[in-house]
Amino acid sequence: MNRNKICVDHVTVRYKNGRNRAWPWSRKNGSNGAGKAHALDGASTAILQDITLDIDAGEFVCILGHSGCGKSTLLKVIAGFIKPDEGAVLIDGQKVNGPQNDHVFVFQEGALFPWLTIIENVDLALRSIGNASERREKAQYYLELVALEGAGGHYPHMLSGGMRQRAEIARALAAQPDILMMDEPFSGLDYLTRLHMREEMLNLHAMLPDTTILFVTHDIDESLQMSNRLVILSESPARIKCCRQIDVPHPRTAVCPTLSEMRTQIYHHLGVHSAL
Amino acid sequence: MLASFWQSFEQLPGLEQIGRAFWELASNGTLLRSTIASLFRVTVGFYLAALLAIPVGLALGRRPVVYHWVNPIIQFLRPISPLAWVPFAMLWFGIGEKSAIFIIFFASFFPILVPTVKAASGIHPMYFQVAANLQFGVWESLRLVILPATMPNILLALRVALGISWLVVVAAEMIAVKSGLGYLIIDARNALRMDYVVVAMVTIGIIGLLLDLAMTRLEHLESVRWKLEQK
Repeated sequence: MNRNKICVDHVTVRYKNGRNRAWPWSRKNGSNGAGKAHALDGASTAILQDITLDIDAGEFVCILGHSGCGKSTLLKVIAGFIKPDEGAVLIDGQKVNGPQNDHVFVFQEGALFPWLTIIENVDLALRSIGNASERREKAQYYLELVALEGAGGHYPHMLSGGMRQRAEIARALAAQPDILMMDEPFSGLDYLTRLHMREEMLNLHAMLPDTTILFVTHDIDESLQMSNRLVILSESPARIKCCRQIDVPHPRTAVCPTLSEMRTQIYHHLGVHSAL
Repeated sequence: MLASFWQSFEQLPGLEQIGRAFWELASNGTLLRSTIASLFRVTVGFYLAALLAIPVGLALGRRPVVYHWVNPIIQFLRPISPLAWVPFAMLWFGIGEKSAIFIIFFASFFPILVPTVKAASGIHPMYFQVAANLQFGVWESLRLVILPATMPNILLALRVALGISWLVVVAAEMIAVKSGLGYLIIDARNALRMDYVVVAMVTIGIIGLLLDLAMTRLEHLESVRWKLEQK
């Protein structure tokens, strides 16, 4: 089980006060996103503080935490989009130095290219295949996997939010990743669609048991229903507050006593005491 | 005052007279020759501007540090009317085709450059993360991300720039050359033929309309329709 083992080793990430000025002589410091508001006078504040985490191949890990606490940052560090200021991420013993196509990231909002049709989007992940008809077949196969076989010729804006998210998962799977990183992929969807998507995620994971899935969410029920392990992050700077192994077999029901007890504990960890 | 206004209004040639003038200019080939001369200058100047402004704009848009230092120069040159370059154009290129083309080039360069820079720098970073994740090379990033993402804005800029070059060609021809619709107007004025002036003005208007229609058609191409339909 050592293959594709993810090892997050004492990772710390700080805010940097970026300069983004319109004119060379203007003194105004621009900010590149909400996070920068934390930094005062060029001082740097930590987003992630000394995170250490081991994940085995085939695990389905949910990363839970308050909104804005740094969950996505952690995922982006593992994906290679953000370079940690201290520590390192090792995958399969190799240090992560940048994004790679066997560790695929699924974004929160629509990251399908709006100028390409659904099947062309999926095809992007299959560029290494030279044979055109084989490529076409593969793209169609991955669309079928997410029940979008009829939507290949459509542009992303013609589809519903749930279908778009499924298409994105199809594109990610087409790259045949060892690790699938999902950054709140269902947060923009309506409740019912979200429930369907959970089921489909579980089916996909059952079909691809070697694929490690890292899933960032703030939906506790979602994480309880799907994952093998929960990692709960504390707020600014994010540290690992606690981890929970979930051994309840699928399909899980919300009324399962183990899960409901765990649910109460997690709510407490996240500072919610009454609204249960 | 009203009387003098009325008097000036009366100096407008009548419809019948204009019709006759149109027939004269069309039958002796002056109108067609002038139109072709003007369109040729606009086409060459506009294409040169587009060929230079689009790559430079995309490069500047993706290199914020360079743009940061080049931007003041652009913003300094941009408000100078292209017609202010006429003396230099004539000094460098003499009276003739090259001067007019140079002025058209100047007139359409910045209206293409600035929106292209904005479009290229405004591409959502997420698309580049996807590209990096799927291991796109430089050429693939250009072909699959940068060009399609900026194309709708570039087409809009081209449409505006073509309108501007059509505006400017007439003015340039009044000064720098001895052919084209602008020259036709100046020549007719010198001969006190206001009917010819009106014919040239109407022709300019109609061609401007047709150019704009053609550019609007481009905006409905398959490759850029997503932007229109997204909203």
